[in-house]
Amino acid sequence: MRTIRIGSGAGYSGDRIEPALELAEKGDIQYLVFECLGERTVALAQQARLKDPEAGYDPLLEERMRAVLPVCASKGIKIVTNMGAANPLAAARKTASLARSMALSLKVAAVVGDDVLDACKQRDLPIMEFEGKISQLGNRLISANAYLGAGPMAEALDGGADVVITGRASDPALFLAPLIHAFGWRMDDWTLLGKGIVAGHLLECAGQVTGGYFADPHFKDVENLARLGFPIGEVGEDGSLVITKVEGSGGAVTAQTCKEQLLYEVHDPTRYLQPDVTADFSQVTVEEIGKDRVRISGGRGSERPATLKVSVGYVDSFIGEGQMSYAGPGALARGRLALDIVRERLKLTGVATNELRFDLIGVDSLHGAQVSSHANEPYEVRVRVAGRTDNLRKAIRIGNEVETLYTNGPAGGGGAYKSARDVVAVASVLLPRELAQPQVQFIEGK
Amino acid sequence: MKLREIAHSRTGDKGNISNISVIAYDEKDYPLLLAQVTPARVKAHFAGVVEGEVVRYELPKIFALNFVMDRALGGGVTRSLALDAHGKSLSSALLDLEIDAVPDRL
Repeated sequence: MRTIRIGSGAGYSGDRIEPALELAEKGDIQYLVFECLGERTVALAQQARLKDPEAGYDPLLEERMRAVLPVCASKGIKIVTNMGAANPLAAARKTASLARSMALSLKVAAVVGDDVLDACKQRDLPIMEFEGKISQLGNRLISANAYLGAGPMAEALDGGADVVITGRASDPALFLAPLIHAFGWRMDDWTLLGKGIVAGHLLECAGQVTGGYFADPHFKDVENLARLGFPIGEVGEDGSLVITKVEGSGGAVTAQTCKEQLLYEVHDPTRYLQPDVTADFSQVTVEEIGKDRVRISGGRGSERPATLKVSVGYVDSFIGEGQMSYAGPGALARGRLALDIVRERLKLTGVATNELRFDLIGVDSLHGAQVSSHANEPYEVRVRVAGRTDNLRKAIRIGNEVETLYTNGPAGGGGAYKSARDVVAVASVLLPRELAQPQVQFIEGK
Repeated sequence: MKLREIAHSRTGDKGNISNISVIAYDEKDYPLLLAQVTPARVKAHFAGVVEGEVVRYELPKIFALNFVMDRALGGGVTRSLALDAHGKSLSSALLDLEIDAVPDRL
């Protein structure tokens, strides 16, 4: 039976780069996938593109490509990535020109058509997260990008692409595309597609299945996290799957790491909605078959949804924040006093906000006063005030009210920090799938 | 004993919804999870954090539960005022849950 090995070279846009190079050099892989596009990243990238037509792709594209292109070219490893963000064509042109400058002959393809802003506006689709429709976002609306499936990426690989660059696509689809290309899986073979999604889902967060986001000393020990190896999926043409990693790298692939990642960001495990299939994780089994080798079986699927999920980026609000530290005997009481002062100051100065948060970092900042009620008195505490405002000026004043505690607040306040920013948030709509028209465009590197 | 003694856990986020897996280290403890880690207890444990409904999915093949908690992330990851906007740390809080060992384990 034919088998391919797919490496996962990044779990988010800022991820470590050298584990990807390690995969390419020593992983005996045929495909290297970089998942680098967070929920709101497309919206931020679209803002960048509006200012500069050649911008709007992943800021680390050049660094990542420079690191891996030579070895991938020499070994014939194909790259699939969503680093195109809001501008896959510009990212593809950049990659092709990088390849040329390194004297590499590579065929680069861009998948375009995930931008469905016009279609969403015309249909004035309802928003899933809150009451309202697209039109109510008015000029705060920035972007609308559909989660595309694996089809166009597989088509690009069929056309001989060495590097495939997309914008918004379903993360597991980045891994499904090489499987469809290599094995000729039919786009209505729901069982095989479901198995492929299980593989993609386990691999898409890179280090999260090899021991990252996992270690808990004395309960779940993991060795050598500073040298964490990124995962490899060994997938057979029948959808069989083994998760492993490069021998000698840090971290671990165990039944436990695979189970945690299997359920990561999953709601109903019998219905994991994807553009290409409704995947079913409920019957999946996990079996350790060797050191850092885990066999995954039992993935299934049923017919794909009639709609595509669309990420809508919009300017939501502004957030202002300030922090200050207190230490030694009575630190907690002084921290509480500091918060009381800022609470009153924000009322006195008319920084009206309908959403404010007063945290004691080290005491209750993560889970609130109720969950944290049995915490002991700490040696030091950091107060944090954050609030939502409707303009930047007010947001700035929140941080200022914390900073002025230096000379106006409790004894011994140190290390003030403040920030104010606009918030680009993301909501979702469902688009009839025929309204998205993805296309593949090739750019010759030489 | 604490839930941490018999299970491990991971948090994931989508919008304003948090999901937490609870996975038995030993399959023999899965019935304990089923009996004692109920949606109502999880909802009560996260008082002040989770505003919406808590739904539990069972995965007997891997001896795991998956809790889906609605309105749990301060209005959504991309707009939350919280220090931990993703709720990554919620799994550790859940492992603090108190579990009664069944008699044959004592």
